[in-house]
Amino acid sequence: MIVAVASGKGGTGKTSVTTSLAVVWDRPLVVADLDVDEPNVHLFLHPEMQKTRIATLPIPIVDESKCTRCGLCAELCQFKAITLMGKLIMTFPEMCHGCGGCMAICPEQAIATGQRELGVMEQGVSRGHIVTLTGRLRIGEAMSPPLMNFVRLAMHQEVAKNGADVLIDAPPGVSCPAMSAVADSDIIVLVTEPTPFGFYDFTLAWEAFSPLGKPMAVVINRAGLGDTRVYDFCKEKKLPVLAEIPFRRDIAEHYAQGLILSELDAALGESFVALRDRLRAMNGGAYA
Amino acid sequence: MGELMREVVIISGKGGTGKTSLTAAFAHLAQNKVICDLDVDAPDLHLLLAPRVLEEHAFISGHIAIIDQDRCTGCGTCLEMCRFGAVIDQQATCSINPLECEGCKVCVTFCPEQAIAFPDRHCGTWYKSQTRFGPMVHAQLFPGQENSGRLVSLLKKEARLEAEKIGADLVLCDGSPGIGCPVISSLSQAHLAVIVTEPTPSGVHDLQRVAQLCEHFRIQVAVIINKYDLNLGHSQKITQLCQDRGYTLVGQLPHDPVVTEAMIQGKAVTEVETTNFADQVRTIWEAITRLIEK
Repeated sequence: MIVAVASGKGGTGKTSVTTSLAVVWDRPLVVADLDVDEPNVHLFLHPEMQKTRIATLPIPIVDESKCTRCGLCAELCQFKAITLMGKLIMTFPEMCHGCGGCMAICPEQAIATGQRELGVMEQGVSRGHIVTLTGRLRIGEAMSPPLMNFVRLAMHQEVAKNGADVLIDAPPGVSCPAMSAVADSDIIVLVTEPTPFGFYDFTLAWEAFSPLGKPMAVVINRAGLGDTRVYDFCKEKKLPVLAEIPFRRDIAEHYAQGLILSELDAALGESFVALRDRLRAMNGGAYA
Repeated sequence: MGELMREVVIISGKGGTGKTSLTAAFAHLAQNKVICDLDVDAPDLHLLLAPRVLEEHAFISGHIAIIDQDRCTGCGTCLEMCRFGAVIDQQATCSINPLECEGCKVCVTFCPEQAIAFPDRHCGTWYKSQTRFGPMVHAQLFPGQENSGRLVSLLKKEARLEAEKIGADLVLCDGSPGIGCPVISSLSQAHLAVIVTEPTPSGVHDLQRVAQLCEHFRIQVAVIINKYDLNLGHSQKITQLCQDRGYTLVGQLPHDPVVTEAMIQGKAVTEVETTNFADQVRTIWEAITRLIEK
């Protein structure tokens, strides 16, 4: 079972929910941090690092001695990463999306494959049994999805080894990175808070993820703060609210210390065990 | 006027640190400005500023491949060449998953049957509006769409034009979380990045990354520690980081429910009855003003 923990709004508690579930999980588990812009899972699970791999994107390197300045590559490129200005052929590696079109279309085979570093993927083990995969975007790199794909591939390889379950910590928002983070999941857990911002972004997330046809469940964080609109919306759209985390100052302080929410007290621990079991039940009760 | 115009972008790295609540307060306090919401993916500033939309425009950017099922022979050329995993193999024919399509035109170009169309992509809507605090430029990307960076650039351009038109000397921008495409676009030509952080491991970690991004683009950095009293140790660490890296710490704000109360009323935190919190936000805004007047 692959569970993606997502939200529209940032800072609603995705990482808290992911790490809390991770420590109460009682099957082999991979935690994939796909918030590659700002990965945070490792700050709570403190994995022992095993290996780091560099992820790259294939970019064009033009052999000017072979290039006839025919301009087919520049005409094809949709991202202005390769241009012909008079007799000057220029590449802009930072603009390249790595589609490989220029290399494929060049009649002289004058374009070789270079590499742009997207970032790194770190693999580690937390608490002796939780496999962690973290994507970390290089500072200045604009494109997160290709690095996320790199981590997703590693995630599937890990699952293939022993049929582990996966918890995905998704990036905030509802545009391409968030969509690609939830693409592999069997269930999407939306973490929200009952404030006007939380509610509005929650409706955006629901709208974005609904067409995927995946079951969605809701965790309401900072319950007691704000208003009731998120509850009404969940009722109307038949979205199950599987857990509520109360709005309490000691919870915020606990998080600020880098501690895991489900380990603050027995009641919170139990609510995450219940969340785990409900997610399994939603997924067909295979392991319930 | 152009030479004097200043552009301030409020960002955070980590989401949910209070960017939008503070931007709304600054929009209330600042004189003679244009307000711009660059979080085109999950925009929230309009919830506090209640903009009256004056103009609405379609945001068309890039293209999308669509395979004509009648002409597709299922040869698999597109499947083999697509680097984005966007081609779905249906045995007899292929089709495109629009969520994965990058709009690179490779399949369109190499399809031996010329069976792939490449129409414009309608990715969202952008608006020019009026608010009680002045003009506002904002947008909503359709859920699941890409090209957020291009939409951010477009909004910034429109906000600058509007500022020139009305003789405003400030463009005040609410940014998005992260350090990727939309954030990089929002920093382009900015005079000052105000990073709102919180004293948590994630807050500190994400501040370091987004501040490094600002350094990478040589943008001046100011830092606000929100909810500083949640963990004084981490607040101290952030203060030290600011000193070491030359970021200006423009203020610290306590964890105060007044922020959410104002949000529920649809107001900026400085608009509700005078509170200690609002006074501190005013002091912070004065410090930011001094930084951009330099």
